[in-house]
Parts: sequence; structure tokens; C-alpha cells
Amino acid sequence: MNSTAESNKVAPEGFNLFLYRTKKHFSGPDPYLTIAGVFLWLFAYWVLCEGLQIWRFTKLPGPVAISKDWFSTTPFQGISIFTQEYYDHIYVSCQRILIAFGIATGLGVPLGLFMGWSRSIRDYIFPIIELLRPIPILAWVPLSILLLPGFEGPVIFLATLASFFVTTLNAMLGVDSIDEEYFRAAGCLGSSRWDVFKNVVVPGALPFIFTGLQISIGVAWFSLVAAEMVSGDLGLGYLIVDAYMNNVTVPMVIAMITLGFIGYFSSACVRALGNRLMAWHVKELAQQGR
Amino acid sequence: MAKNTSKVEKKGALSIKNVTKIYDPTGVNVMAVDDCSMEIAGGEVCMIVGPSGCGKTTLLNGIAGFHSITEGSIHLDDELLCGPGKPKADQSAERMVVFQHGALFPWKTLQENVAYGPTVQKVLPPAQALDKAGQMLAEAGLGNFLKKYPGEVSSGMARRAEIVRALINNPKVLLLDEPYRAMDALTKQIMHESLLETYDRTGVTIFFITHDLEEAIFLGDKVHIVTTRPCQLKKTVEVKIPRPRSYETQSSEKFRRLLEEVNDAVHEEAVKAFKAGEREMA
Repeated sequence: MNSTAESNKVAPEGFNLFLYRTKKHFSGPDPYLTIAGVFLWLFAYWVLCEGLQIWRFTKLPGPVAISKDWFSTTPFQGISIFTQEYYDHIYVSCQRILIAFGIATGLGVPLGLFMGWSRSIRDYIFPIIELLRPIPILAWVPLSILLLPGFEGPVIFLATLASFFVTTLNAMLGVDSIDEEYFRAAGCLGSSRWDVFKNVVVPGALPFIFTGLQISIGVAWFSLVAAEMVSGDLGLGYLIVDAYMNNVTVPMVIAMITLGFIGYFSSACVRALGNRLMAWHVKELAQQGR
Repeated sequence: MAKNTSKVEKKGALSIKNVTKIYDPTGVNVMAVDDCSMEIAGGEVCMIVGPSGCGKTTLLNGIAGFHSITEGSIHLDDELLCGPGKPKADQSAERMVVFQHGALFPWKTLQENVAYGPTVQKVLPPAQALDKAGQMLAEAGLGNFLKKYPGEVSSGMARRAEIVRALINNPKVLLLDEPYRAMDALTKQIMHESLLETYDRTGVTIFFITHDLEEAIFLGDKVHIVTTRPCQLKKTVEVKIPRPRSYETQSSEKFRRLLEEVNDAVHEEAVKAFKAGEREMA
């Protein structure tokens, strides 16, 4: 190996770093496998629905029918990327998710941290949380409609509830996961209880919290859709049920795929935020070759 | 300031009197330490050697205030840390612990780790604490790694940084629990030299637990050999090798003789510990 040339190289930064990473990424087999995989699945879907028209699959819209409508300025079944209605549904669902996820995180993370930090807080709250947690979200529907007025209230409540439990539990387990020696070290160094909370409990639990948040945003999405299906006037979940009721299957599948994309994107955002906040964790993992 | 005074007055004398520690006295009732007494003069490097699981760490935890002692008392410079009526010592920056597995906060850079003590104790404003931390790390040869996280540096560097984190608080006593256990011989050598250099500069009292007999003699003023569980003082070997010591010391005749003496005492206990272990398993 030419060692002098190696050592003269300067590590790329900023946009160059991005270019370097992109280039490196596409020099391996991974992206091509992904693309091939996607096409394979699409092809199988097409074969079942439109190619061979297998029994029962004829009831579903195939990829050609869907993409024709989805990207058409005059969609046959009413929903496409050129119709305002499509964006109204997306907008409403996203707004609800933001509110629900915000409330769940805002309440769940502090509550979980305090439960992990203080034995007595845990003794007060943990049994109740464990009791409520296994109750399926759909079982909450009647109660939430009775309790909260309008369409928005119950829907947001239901989406919040599911992700709240996930977030709280993960934050608590995050505190449990912190090595006792960090608490001892902090004690020796003269920390007050509050210093320990700020400097040991919160950062130490962060990896678990973000794992929890990634799960919780997914949970928020599927409980939101369930809620919109039962009680809603707009939103992607409502669109799915509404399309089904009106016997138009293309918007139904469009809404499902859209949910998939937005869900993917939202988890990626949470992950990116986590990596930003936990540079130490990312670097530690990188050091271990991950 | 406090550095110099500690050198003159030799602060940090530890007096351990008849300490007994029983874990879970009403239940399993494990006696970890039994009537153990030790006198450690201010500014002394005191090495504790004994078989695994004999209760050395229990003793250290008692001094640091991580848990209570059942009987006896521990004084630091005639001030009661724990004893009758006060089973658990308060945790304080005058007794700094360096942990077996290392306990630098992985979410703080080396500099932030070192600056943490003075900041939370409000001895220095945060910016000044960071400055001082940077300076002390640079003195310890870590000047290029201030902004690195502990996960990014080698275990040797992390351990040096941890000792700096302890020393920035001007502790009276440094409590080290097998800090160099998992290190290779070469790194260990460097660590020893660095610790001796630090000791010569600060004169802090050092309470050092180890299994490594050569390490014990090379670093220590006194080597206290303790018995297998329950932990009691078996024998004290004084190491009268003048300081500053260098690495050549280890090949001297005197060093060899001391090593033999310590080895004889420890071996006896190790055999007992092994047999006790066999009995427990049977």
C-alpha cells in the first residue's frame, strides 16, 4: 500500500463527505439489492393481480391500475397526487400524529425517567400503567368518545395513549439500564440529587428513550389509523374505510402505501434526531465497528 | 493551593478500626469483613492484596460511603466517616474512587468529565472548570483528546482521564479498585509510571486494591495482605524502596525478596479461598 499517499489524504468534510458517503454506498451491493428487491415484489404483485389474474386477487387493484390513478390529473376513482383531497387527508393525519406523539413524548419521557429514578414514584404509578397497558386501543374507543367531544379529541387521545405507554416504559427501563457505577461516581464527585438526574439519568437513558420513540411513533400511526377508521371525518385511516365502503379499492391501497411511506419517514426523522443528540453513542458503536 | 498544603501537613490519614460488614444479617448473613483494622498514614500509598471475593471492595465501599458498615469505625484525619450511630459515610469529593471497570460518563467528553466535579460542587464556574480540566488533561498527556468521548479512546487513556477527574477535586484520599486489571503488561507499565508521577506531585493518600503482587510492591509504601472471606488484615509488608521509583526497580534483588514474602502470604490465603469455594460448591 502507498502509505505516504494515504497519510496525505485529508478526511472529507461537509458536502464532500456526503458525496464520498453516497459514492461509497453505491459502490457496494446493498442499494442494488434493495432496488432489485422492490422490483421483485412489485412484479409478484402484478403477476397475481393483473398478469395471471389469480382467483380473489382480481378483486384487488394491481400496480398498473394504482399507478395510473395515483399519478393521473383526472383520477378515475377520485384520489391522486393532483387532487387537493389527497393532501387534506395526509395533512390531517400528520397533524394528529404530531400532536399525539408530542403529548405522548412530553408526558411519557419525564414520567418514565422519574419512575426509574425514584423508587416511590415507581411504586405509585407503575402498577397502574402495567394494568392499563395491555388493554387494546380499540377497547378504549367507546370510552374516549364518551369522554371527549368532537372528532379530533377521541382520535388524538387514542393515538396518544398507545405511544405514551411505550415511551414511558422505555424511559423507565432506560434508567434501569444505567450502570450503578455511574451513580456512585457522580455521588463521589459531589453531585446533588438533581445533578445526578440531569447528568446521569437523562443522558444514560437516552439510547433506550430513542429506541422507545421509534417504536412509539409507529404505534401512534397504527392506533391513529384505527381511531380514524372508527371515529373520524378526515385522515388516511378514514380514507381507507371510506373507500372500502364506497367500493373503490384504488384510493384504499393508495392510502395504505402513503401510510407506509410517511411512517417510514417519521421513524427515520426520530432516528436522525436521536443520532444527533447521542453523538457519544454513535461514536462508541462506530468504534466497535457497527 | 490545597495541593501544597496537603503535601506539607500530609492530610488524608485513614484509620480503620475493627470494621465488620455483614451483608443481609437477618437473611443470608454473609460476613464479608470481620474485625478488620488498618492504619494508613497521610500521603501513604497503601496496597491491599488478597484473594478474589475476599471483601476488599466491601472495605473500599465502606470508606467511600457506597454502603454501610455493620460494626467498627472509619476515621479520616480524626473525623468520623462512619461508626457507631452512623453506619454509612457521606459520599464526598475528599474520597475519590476510581472504579474497576472505569466510570467516566460515556456521554461526556474527557474534558467535560474532568470538569464535572468542580462544576457541580460549584468550586469553579463551568467555563473555568473546563479550562482547568483541559490543562490537567494536557499535563497527563491527553491534550489531544479533550473533545473525545470515553468510547473513542483506549482503556489506558480513559483510566488516566478518570484519575485526572478524581485529582481535580484535590481529594485527601484516592481509592482505586483494581484500576489496571484488564490491561496488558505494557500499558500497565505506563499507567504505573503515570500514577507514581502523579503521586510524587500531589502526595495524595492512595488506597489501592489489586491482585497483581508486582504492582503492589512497585507502587506501594505498604502492602496489606488480607485473608480470604471474611476479610481481616493478615500481614503488612513495608516496602522500603526509595522514591522516585523507576521501572528498573522491578529487577532489583530487594524487589524480588519482597515479592517472595508477599507471595508466600497471599498464596496461603488463595489456597484457603479455593478450598472454601470448593466446599461452597459441593
